[in-house]
Amino acid sequence: MSAATHESGAALLAGSFGAGFAWAFARDLTIAWRHPGETLLVVAFFVLVASLFPLGVGAEAQLLERIGPGVIWVCALLAAFLSLPALFASDHADGSLEQMALSPHPMASWVSGKIAAHWATSGLPLAVLSPLLGLQYGLDADTLAVLALALLIGTPVLSLLGAACTALTLGARGGGMLLALLALPLFVPVLIFGAGAAQAQASGLSALPHLSLLGAGLIVAAMSLPIAVCAAVRVALD
Amino acid sequence: MNWFYFSSPATFYRLAGAMAPWFFALAAILAGIGLYFGFVVAPTDAQQGEVYRIIFIHVPAAWISMFLYLVMASYGAMSLTFNTRLAAMMARAIAPTGAMFTFVALWTGAFWGRPTWGTYWVWDARITSELVLLFLYLGFIALANAFEDPRRGDRAGAILSLIGVVNLPIIYFSVQWWNTLHQGSSVSLRGTSMHAAMLTGMMVMALAFWMYSIATSLVRVRAVILERERRSAWVRQLR
Repeated sequence: MSAATHESGAALLAGSFGAGFAWAFARDLTIAWRHPGETLLVVAFFVLVASLFPLGVGAEAQLLERIGPGVIWVCALLAAFLSLPALFASDHADGSLEQMALSPHPMASWVSGKIAAHWATSGLPLAVLSPLLGLQYGLDADTLAVLALALLIGTPVLSLLGAACTALTLGARGGGMLLALLALPLFVPVLIFGAGAAQAQASGLSALPHLSLLGAGLIVAAMSLPIAVCAAVRVALD
Repeated sequence: MNWFYFSSPATFYRLAGAMAPWFFALAAILAGIGLYFGFVVAPTDAQQGEVYRIIFIHVPAAWISMFLYLVMASYGAMSLTFNTRLAAMMARAIAPTGAMFTFVALWTGAFWGRPTWGTYWVWDARITSELVLLFLYLGFIALANAFEDPRRGDRAGAILSLIGVVNLPIIYFSVQWWNTLHQGSSVSLRGTSMHAAMLTGMMVMALAFWMYSIATSLVRVRAVILERERRSAWVRQLR
């Protein structure tokens, strides 16, 4: 019996990528689920800011149709950015990040799980909601579909880039502004191709080149950025 | 010979102090030659007239701004992999000069764009990606100085500079990948579409900016070394 306990203990200690990913993903989703207010704030912010633009620039149908995809993308970008501090900062403050670093799972696994949970609570709801906002801007059905698809592909890149930046600023002075200076310029390519996809569709061109570039960006980001996030977290825990 | 002799801040401090004046002198001489070529030897452009002469500042500044980022990121990679203090200090020393040249490239580009394109600024791919480069430099400087422990700032800045390297090919190839208002490159390894005197002036100016960057980085790294090592015995002896 002692041998069996020993074996299961060894299996626990070995750790694996899948288990670490699933654990961190489930943990962060549970936390988000238990604080629905915070999670819904991101969505509320997104809807609110997107509704401000027609009031600010005037509600001419033609103008709204043209600026719609860009405005919705900028709002998605800001919403992703504003929810970044929740990713690592609170875990760093109460010491859970150090405990996770001591866990047998490879760091890349639970870091990726946390990033995926961040996307599921910020990027995914926005992508699902975007057709509703697009309707307010008078976009047609095809453009709405392309907009939602581009958001689905593009917002994970925002979460990955943002995770790297927020991990770098852990424990830094002037956190929020510094994070904006680091993250927002890096978001620019995603914004260009994301908004470009819907604009190309709206003006009768193919959205496929933009979507392909976004997809390529997502693959490169998913392959490389978790490594950078791990390096940044290790620096922060030093 | 010990190859790592000058990788110690204490020895490099003296070497940098000895080299900096020479690089300043080289920069001044080369800038003199380059400006002479640019303003006297190079002929007036058939289409743009005299206004094109801003090219002798604009293009070398843009080249050097990208090159310095690459050098800075290489020092960042060196400091992360070999855990050397001096490499991180060099990265910190290069960043302000890189930001300055990025700003100069954008500023002279605006002044060149006004008479030729009729506008100071367009949101085309090359100009936007060069603007992102400026923000990357500023972000690096801000992040490297945001920590109580300078070594943490070194490491965080190094990781950020490595992430930002993606932007360099985007700037470089932007005029080929997108249909931009910014003109394509006139200079390549296979030849050039420029008058020889124009090309000479531009190349000499680029060399001058390069030498100037080395000189200012050496002076700045001396300041960084003094600040970091202020409690060490050899710095106290300098007083």
